[in-house]
Amino acid sequence: MSSSAVDKFFPSPITLLTEDERMIKESVRKWAIKDLKPRLQEMETNECIYPSVIQKLFENGYMSMEINEKYGGIGTNFTSACIAIQEISRIDPSVALMVDVHNTLVVNMIRFWGSDYLKDKYLPKLAKDSVSSFCLSEANAGSDAFSMKTQAYRSSDNLFTINGTKSWITNAKEAEVLIVFCNVNPSEGYKGITAFVVDTDTEGVNIGVREKKLGLKASSTCQIVFDNVIVDASQMLGELGKGYEYCIKILNEGRIGIASQQIGIAKGCFDVVMPYLNEREQFGMKLADMPSLQQQYAQAATELYAAEVMMLNACRLKENGLPFVKEAAMSKLFASQVSEKICSQSIEWMGAVGYSTDYKVEKFFRDCKVGSIYEGSSNIQRQTIAKIMKSEYSH
Amino acid sequence: MKILVGVKRVVDYAVKVRVGANGVELKNVKMSMNPFCEIATEAAVRLKENKAANVSEVVAVSVGPKQCQDTLRTALAMGCDRAIHVKTDLRGDYMELQSDSVAKIFQKIVEEKEQNTDLVLLGKQSIDSDCGQVGPMLAGFLNYPQATFAANIDLDGDGLKVERETDSGTETIKIPSLPAVITCDLRLNEPRYATLPNIMKAKKKKIDTIDANDLGVDLTAKNKVLEVYEPPPRKEGIVVEDVDELIAKLKNEAGLLQ
Ligand SMILES: Cc1cc2nc3c(=O)[nH]c(=O)nc-3n(C[C@H](O)[C@H](O)[C@H](O)COP(=O)(O)OP(=O)(O)OC[C@H]3O[C@@H](n4cnc5c(N)ncnc54)[C@H](O)[C@@H]3O)c2cc1C
Repeated sequence: MSSSAVDKFFPSPITLLTEDERMIKESVRKWAIKDLKPRLQEMETNECIYPSVIQKLFENGYMSMEINEKYGGIGTNFTSACIAIQEISRIDPSVALMVDVHNTLVVNMIRFWGSDYLKDKYLPKLAKDSVSSFCLSEANAGSDAFSMKTQAYRSSDNLFTINGTKSWITNAKEAEVLIVFCNVNPSEGYKGITAFVVDTDTEGVNIGVREKKLGLKASSTCQIVFDNVIVDASQMLGELGKGYEYCIKILNEGRIGIASQQIGIAKGCFDVVMPYLNEREQFGMKLADMPSLQQQYAQAATELYAAEVMMLNACRLKENGLPFVKEAAMSKLFASQVSEKICSQSIEWMGAVGYSTDYKVEKFFRDCKVGSIYEGSSNIQRQTIAKIMKSEYSH
Repeated sequence: MKILVGVKRVVDYAVKVRVGANGVELKNVKMSMNPFCEIATEAAVRLKENKAANVSEVVAVSVGPKQCQDTLRTALAMGCDRAIHVKTDLRGDYMELQSDSVAKIFQKIVEEKEQNTDLVLLGKQSIDSDCGQVGPMLAGFLNYPQATFAANIDLDGDGLKVERETDSGTETIKIPSLPAVITCDLRLNEPRYATLPNIMKAKKKKIDTIDANDLGVDLTAKNKVLEVYEPPPRKEGIVVEDVDELIAKLKNEAGLLQ
């Protein structure tokens, strides 16, 4: 498709995916419908992601999207990872979040800044069967993450000892590998922040109870306490004191993944709501034919389309090595707004049926809300956008 | 054993087709592998995975425009070893290229390009034209035994035991020895989806392209399509009061009960 004569002279449309990306999209969609959908309600009720589902995530390659083939990964691009997140989210946003954190945060931090030792040690298992978590937030360090209290001090030449408590950690119950941000030198403020790769089974790592949440119930979110956890200096990710820089960089791109999750949720709503509007009749006509409803769903679809184009463009900017920080922030901000609105409207459009748990639209509504909170709240996104705008106009 | 499997690119089964001036509208419509061809591909790959079948190679073949390469990639990602694309821009939904030409193309491939083929697996029909003729015609042209509407395929000595769908249940027949042609029905298997590792592996597999005009096959349509129209919309139903009324109506008005 992409080899038409036109491509040679004009940039291709942003919504045009490569052949690989199209096949990946189709493959993930098929799996999600066939394997994931039937387990959706049970996993929601039991508040867990089944091990059999996690096993499939690995076998099917969704957990190793960007890991090089030499480590047993798929070796594809960032856009493909976002496509996979979106298609999974269209069925179950909780499972999509597991895939998102693992691929876009943990794996990529190790790929970008890990030593050869860390890559050889962790990428093969992160590709094969080890779920991971990204441990940044603390009870008193959310948006202001770099005020973290977790400390690592050099207890001997080659050892660091970590103490502190991380909060709201996604995948905590399933994770075998953690990236933990600690301050090695609190007197230097954020310049002391350093990232470590920590195995969950290291002595002193204690996973707390699951948070009871509004949505994303199948996804585990827990506190993790680090009580005199001793790690070798070789577990340090990148350079001492560079943790804040890596953190900003990885979240700048990681949030495109959250935008994809949010877009997946909105698409999931449309998948349910449109067939219903086409069926349901009131006042002798189909709901889908009522002009006032048409106005609303056409508007919603337009906003969703804009959000998707923004998300894809952020991906392509990043992949082409162009500045993307503002666009990624805009993309996540907008996608979470659009998705929340579409979830809410979908419930209204379906009436009582939308409010019932049977149709899963109310689940999307609950799952969606956190899109404006994690990986930088909406206010923080606007702050980022404003900062870049200001500098663009200050000559 | 070497297996040839036919994979046709058709309008996706989930698309609500529209009829235009030249038959079903194909522009900007999602196209996918014919579902029965997916079943045939799955059957081929399962035979390959069964060590006892001793399958050396599974070759996927698709006849149609250049986008058929997407369909072939899917077949390769499902586990076929290599692929042949027989290129033609003629429409494959009976409007231009018809079953007899397709069967002859397959005959040429078996006889001239892939001589030691032991088994040709095809869908029982394609969901665009619903002719169901390529399999039987191909078996006729090649003078091979055939089993149509396969619901199960088992190895049996030098041949195969095939359970066939019939109107009154299934029938089991034996193909004593290969080569043979089998067309696959819905219950034969549930096709796998291509996993990402396999999609990536498929990129390294070979697709050969042959121009359909170079095969010396008459590609002209033998039958002429006079008209394509949408089925008339279903008339609105009625609500009956009770079972007695339903039975009365089925007897007296519908003539479905006596
Ligand atoms: C389901 C879930 C999963 C999570 N997973 C992870 C994870 O895997 N790893 C991890 O490290 N963290 C995770 N988090 C934590 C998440 O990243 C934080 O919740 C987020 O950073 C916001 O921090 P906070 O909750 O402390 O809110 P606060 O920082 O207290 O913010 C509260 C409100 O104040 C606003 N606000 C704060 N500062 C400013 C400002 N300067 N200007 C304007 N407004 C401001 C915010 O926009 C927000 O509306 C998760 C959270 C949830 C709910």
